Amino acid sequence: MIKTRNKRDNSISPVANAALNAWFILLSLACVLPILLVVIVSVSHNDSLLNRGYSFFPEKLSGIAYESLFKDYGTIVGAYGVSIGITVAGTLLSVLLMALYAYPISREDYPLRNFFTFVLFFTMLFSGGVVSKYIVFTQAIGLLDSYMALILPLLIVPFNVFIMRTFFQTTIHPALIESSRIDGAGEWLIFFRIVLPLSLPVMATMALFGTIAYWNDWFNSLLFIRSEEKYPLQFLMMRVLNDVQYLRNNVQLAAQNPELMSQLPNESLQMAMAVVGIGPILLVYPFFQKYFVKGLTVGAIKG
Amino acid sequence: MMFPALLIVVLNNYLPMFGVFIAFKNINYTDGIWGSPWIGFKNFEFLFSSQSIWRITRNTVLYSLTFMVVNLVLSVGIAVAISELRGRLLAKGYQTLIIMPYFLSMVVVSYLVYAFLNPDRGFVNVLLESFGADKVFWYSETEYWPYILTLVNAWKSVGIGAVIYIAAIAGIDPEYYEAAVIDGASKWRQTIHITLPSIQPIIIIMTILSMGHVFNSDFGLFYQVPMDAGALYPVTDTVDTYVYRVLMELNDIGMSSAAALVQSVLGFFLVLATNSAVRKINREQALF
Repeated sequence: MIKTRNKRDNSISPVANAALNAWFILLSLACVLPILLVVIVSVSHNDSLLNRGYSFFPEKLSGIAYESLFKDYGTIVGAYGVSIGITVAGTLLSVLLMALYAYPISREDYPLRNFFTFVLFFTMLFSGGVVSKYIVFTQAIGLLDSYMALILPLLIVPFNVFIMRTFFQTTIHPALIESSRIDGAGEWLIFFRIVLPLSLPVMATMALFGTIAYWNDWFNSLLFIRSEEKYPLQFLMMRVLNDVQYLRNNVQLAAQNPELMSQLPNESLQMAMAVVGIGPILLVYPFFQKYFVKGLTVGAIKG
Repeated sequence: MMFPALLIVVLNNYLPMFGVFIAFKNINYTDGIWGSPWIGFKNFEFLFSSQSIWRITRNTVLYSLTFMVVNLVLSVGIAVAISELRGRLLAKGYQTLIIMPYFLSMVVVSYLVYAFLNPDRGFVNVLLESFGADKVFWYSETEYWPYILTLVNAWKSVGIGAVIYIAAIAGIDPEYYEAAVIDGASKWRQTIHITLPSIQPIIIIMTILSMGHVFNSDFGLFYQVPMDAGALYPVTDTVDTYVYRVLMELNDIGMSSAAALVQSVLGFFLVLATNSAVRKINREQALF
């Protein structure tokens, strides 16, 4: 007897579906709860922390961490400003420069495309190392303690350039470029007026990746930044966390300086700093999410 | 048109490559970089005879391999599972949530871990004590950290790793599945014989590229998350953290250059080796 169905239903059984859903709910919770815990601790009253430790249900709430954070707002706001400035400038420059590199190597009629593709690809395999980079940056170019030292290293990400290249190759039909050339358009015009507007998904994706990379970067600050007013936010957070740990663990120091110890940021303050550091990302994230999944998919698979 | 970007690539990536010669010199500040004497492989000797070398190499390689395998299995598993879920809206929702940890910096993650593992008030110890167990001094006991670090790394990487595989799975021709259903294949067989082989090329490419980084480690993960706790060094010290400490504390430029060079060279050869191995098995799937 032949079973007839209107539509071949190849879905998994409802039981399996329920089980998978359960797993994913757990997984999603695991991804979200740590952030939630940090937010909750940042508004927990210090007494509650002392009595009960970190918990999702503090006895008392208190906004004092944020109060003190913004009272001494000079440092925080300064760091925020540095982070925002670097992120915006860096991301814009990065997307533009990567597009400028990706486009020529995506054009079949460019004779040197294989050479330059290899030049970029090789950097993915072999690197000079941190020390070399440090010496080149500080001594050959003289960028110690400068904002350029924070922007430069992240400007060109080879993997992303290749994603862009693939996107150009698959989305921009050669006939379009041909006809523009016949109409008399120069290369620059073609790039800015035709190619770029058509490439918004991948540009948005790269802008998102760039923003994340710049906002989260602390390693370059660790290497190159020496003056306190140039600290970006993540680096400031790192110093606060590490220095406080060091002071707390150093018993001698504590014994000799009791007033200093009492002035140390308590834990809810540290968590408040973390919230302040994550905040922008979490806010921006939902808006960009649909873009970058699409951008990654188109580019990465065919690349 | 490419000139500015090219300039930056040269500056940022190629110039430092030439700096590798520092590894072969004994830099002192009076002579500067160019005038310092060449000492051949002495820096390398020093590096390999240091007591830590075995420990940091072992840590780095073992962690890299573990992460590679764990993350691959989990990413592919999640990708397959998400692709099979019935509610597409729900699936999209899960995808959004599990990608989120990727966007946090390691500094933030170390705060998160601290919120859990803080000996006095961290969430885990509070929970343990409420069950009557003893609290654990997480930042002084080494035995848990391989698991903790693997978990944190997976937590951060698996969501975004799955995205690529999800896209790949979405590109598989539905006709294969229809043919399989006609032949009476169960979901499980379909997965093993259609889904997995179809994404095999991508898995191989990602693996080859990762092999090049076996001797590298995520500095943020190994420096920030354990909060640079000295007691944990036996299991958390990797080549990168070691090089950093040597550079910052001992100012030994030569030895850290030597270590970085070893990493790069070994990584490069590993990529070549893995690529040729893949070539022997299936010529088309090799990277180059």
